[in-house]
Amino acid sequence: MLTELCEQLSVWAIPVVLLLIPVVGYLRRVKVYEAFVEGAAEGFHTAIRIMPCLVAMLVAISIFRASGALDACVAGINPILKALGVPPDLVPLAIMRPLSGSGSLGLATEILNTFGPDSLVGKIASTVLASTDTTFYVLTVYFGAIGISNPRYSVFVGLFGDVASFMASVYICQYLFNH
Amino acid sequence: MGDMTMINLIWLILMAGGILYAGINGRIEVVTQSAINAAKSAVELAINLIGVMCLWLGIMKIAELSGIIKVISYTLSPIIGLLFPRVPRNHPAMGAIIMTISANMLGLGNAVTPLGIKAMQELQTINPKKDTATPAMCTLLALCTTGFTLVPATIIALRSAAGSVNPTEIVGSTLLVSLLSTILVLIMDRICQMIFRR
Repeated sequence: MLTELCEQLSVWAIPVVLLLIPVVGYLRRVKVYEAFVEGAAEGFHTAIRIMPCLVAMLVAISIFRASGALDACVAGINPILKALGVPPDLVPLAIMRPLSGSGSLGLATEILNTFGPDSLVGKIASTVLASTDTTFYVLTVYFGAIGISNPRYSVFVGLFGDVASFMASVYICQYLFNH
Repeated sequence: MGDMTMINLIWLILMAGGILYAGINGRIEVVTQSAINAAKSAVELAINLIGVMCLWLGIMKIAELSGIIKVISYTLSPIIGLLFPRVPRNHPAMGAIIMTISANMLGLGNAVTPLGIKAMQELQTINPKKDTATPAMCTLLALCTTGFTLVPATIIALRSAAGSVNPTEIVGSTLLVSLLSTILVLIMDRICQMIFRR
């Protein structure tokens, strides 16, 4: 029931928006085609402007990952997280989540396939993935697009949010699902 | 510290840490390959973004010219205004922020990035120091990085594919976690705002 509702909602949301906005625009005498093209041109320039920032960030993250330094970090903080009651299988996901969207999606898929999507670890992994976004990607893209080179305290706040979401996922799922 | 911002330090640690670690462990050859591949995939990512950006900013332009955004932002500005006290109520940034947050909550993944960038661009027009993030920008970024989603469609699909008997079981836990972490992040954002006041 809930699955169906969610599926229907996510299938219909975008088509409805794509229909409604141009129709309302036309009724309000907007030159809809020309307006669309004008907006799209802005989008084009913005996407191009982000490219150098994405290269800088993705190269650094990729080197860090491929060198094995990321795995070393995982091994390093594993004892601390274990003491806090975090299942060791989730530690790589916790570290990967803010760095790489595709990387964390891959790790989560691995967890779901290994332990089963309905296992406690599988549910925590799903919740972690659903309740956070890739902090460094969002930061790079949003601030890169407008030429902000000094993000001030926002990196710290973003990472704090990742830690908070991860720990909350672990504890709330354990409370909700572990009978 | 001067201009030594956190992001510079993090970038340097990722680069230098990765290269030195690879060198020490005798696998220096992975550095070149991964760097070149990542550079290529970053460009691919940006190219893929072009189409989506064009689509959503095109639609947004129609919404803007027809006054739809004005109506929505006027309706919701009392709530969002609390989070962004320094953004004038009738400024275009307000509408863009509201659209970003709504798209985020509905889990319209592809639409969030273009709208978020649009909101940042509007906020940049009222930024006195163009290379430095304003408190409003930091708050918006905080909200986007926590990614408060009501319908986590991708994850539900992923769970279905992995053979879950109840793929939507995590919607409740996700809501609780998102709500809690969003509140915590907003509190932390406010604390930092006070500490780093210009």
